[in-house]
Amino acid sequence: MATQDTNKRNPVLRATNLVKRFGGLTAVNDVSFEIYPGEVIGLVGDNGAGKSTLIKMVSGVYRPDEGHIYLGEQEITVASPMEARSLGIETIYQDLALCENLDATVNIFLGREPTKRFLGLFKQVDRGLMLNEAQTVLNRLDIKIPNLRRPIRQMSGGQRQAVAIARAVYWNARLVIMDEPTAALGVPEQRKVHELVRTLRSENVPVIVISHNMQDVFAVADRIIVMRRGQKVADVPASTVTGDELVALMVGAGEA
Amino acid sequence: MHKEQSPSHSRTYWLDILSRFWAWLFLFAMILIFWIGNPAFMSLFNLQSILANMAILTIIAIGQTYVIISGGIDLSAGWIMGMVAVIAASTMNRFPEGTPIWIPLIGGFIVGLIAALIAGLVNGTLVARMNVPPFIATLGMAGIARGVGFLLSGGMPVPIYVKGLGFLGNGYLFYYHPNAGWSFLAQPPGLVQADLRNLTGILPFVVIVMIVVLVIAHLLLSRTRFGLHIYALGGNKEAASRAGIPVVRRTVSIYLLSATFAAIAGVVYNTRFTNGAANAGDALLLDTVAAVVIGGASLFGGAGTVIGTLIGALIISVLANGLVIMRVNPFWQFIAVGVVIIVAVLIDQAREKLTQ
Repeated sequence: MATQDTNKRNPVLRATNLVKRFGGLTAVNDVSFEIYPGEVIGLVGDNGAGKSTLIKMVSGVYRPDEGHIYLGEQEITVASPMEARSLGIETIYQDLALCENLDATVNIFLGREPTKRFLGLFKQVDRGLMLNEAQTVLNRLDIKIPNLRRPIRQMSGGQRQAVAIARAVYWNARLVIMDEPTAALGVPEQRKVHELVRTLRSENVPVIVISHNMQDVFAVADRIIVMRRGQKVADVPASTVTGDELVALMVGAGEA
Repeated sequence: MHKEQSPSHSRTYWLDILSRFWAWLFLFAMILIFWIGNPAFMSLFNLQSILANMAILTIIAIGQTYVIISGGIDLSAGWIMGMVAVIAASTMNRFPEGTPIWIPLIGGFIVGLIAALIAGLVNGTLVARMNVPPFIATLGMAGIARGVGFLLSGGMPVPIYVKGLGFLGNGYLFYYHPNAGWSFLAQPPGLVQADLRNLTGILPFVVIVMIVVLVIAHLLLSRTRFGLHIYALGGNKEAASRAGIPVVRRTVSIYLLSATFAAIAGVVYNTRFTNGAANAGDALLLDTVAAVVIGGASLFGGAGTVIGTLIGALIISVLANGLVIMRVNPFWQFIAVGVVIIVAVLIDQAREKLTQ
């Protein structure tokens, strides 16, 4: 793809020779990959193939036993999910990690709420600023949420997903990782999530989408990485493979 | 929020409003009924005594509000209050006679507060660090505080010999007498026993304490990051943690805060009854939880307000006072509060369904 080639020189994130072992089991075995600005990678593989473990090393949940991770030019060690976020690596988990009793605005700012003085006495949460900023980022992503003051509980699955994405974008994510983003959604909602991923791409934010859903992967991914038994068995442009070929790669049918 | 509702939703809209404000309506209806039943209910003296009598309940219930919003519960607050009442009473008695009253008062409060904070710290540590369910941790602490209170007091209320303490607990900021006029902080001088009938007190000290505590607690909960984080904890602890909220520290603070409110209530008890009794807060558990739940808090955490709890406490206190004034057997009060709690939870659940 044309957009890819122009950016090819500087990967946003580069992982080299990552290895993670749990006791005798090698969950991720010598995997390298890189991701470029505005690129969407679909990460696929059967259960236990090592996709989650691979991602968790990038998002700070696990520490790799071997290998290196570079963000831009710099090598990083991601000791915790918090550290990953402060580096600009935002992971959106399947459960979205939203407080359902709170509204979209608060959820976007949770843990990093801006404050202002209240009558010069104490620092109060600046709800007005939060509301404005939330509105701005949602507009930028072309997300329509009728009432930002409604608790997340009252929103649809797609809207929740959108709030989680807006949170990542607001905090200047350099890389967004999405874990099974459409798993619990109906078809129209899935489409909205696909649109959001494309919006992120147009904002030049690279996205890694972990998915079981082939439609997901083909709908949004520029490049597809296939994992099997802890190893990367394919890393190909999405336009050059078919669903059947992917499945064959995932289950290892080409061999034997 | 209201104006954005479209007219087609007007039916659910009004049901929603009703379920949100039923406690206010209930309170006003009750006041109206008691007023009609006996006009003396609406007298300044009676209204002020309702407020003064609910101060202890309200202060503890505020602490309970914080804990319940965070998804926990504090069963020990009432017994911590009793323990503080005993410790503060014993401390106050150690000051020599003739010491200005605020010295034994503050001295008693500080020593009592330290004891309460230790209990709160244990509660918080058990819940936040050792993952003991709040129900169990604070139930254990209730037993411990109860035992400590009775051991220190020998099972009897500790009388306090500090002069003027009772005035703090039962006195008013202003007094008015048709002949002697206004006076501040003390009864007008020169009144004989027969004149006292016409003496009007305005603003009981304990009500002022209650209002100050209410305002501070309300601002802390509704305006600060700390307050917001309490809602986040009650909503989704995992999400709060991933968002970088220091979950353990916040949880410990919440139980420390609950113990602090219990300590304030314990010293208010000291001033009102000029003694310290280990079982001072014995009967408060039901009422505090009732006040919080009637006020719209969810026992699953994540919802509730200080104002709501105030309304809940008002309902309980007005009910207690009104039943006595209407000459109803006061034991009916327990039944009435019990019914109101259950109704409150049912309404809350109905509202949840409505807004889905």
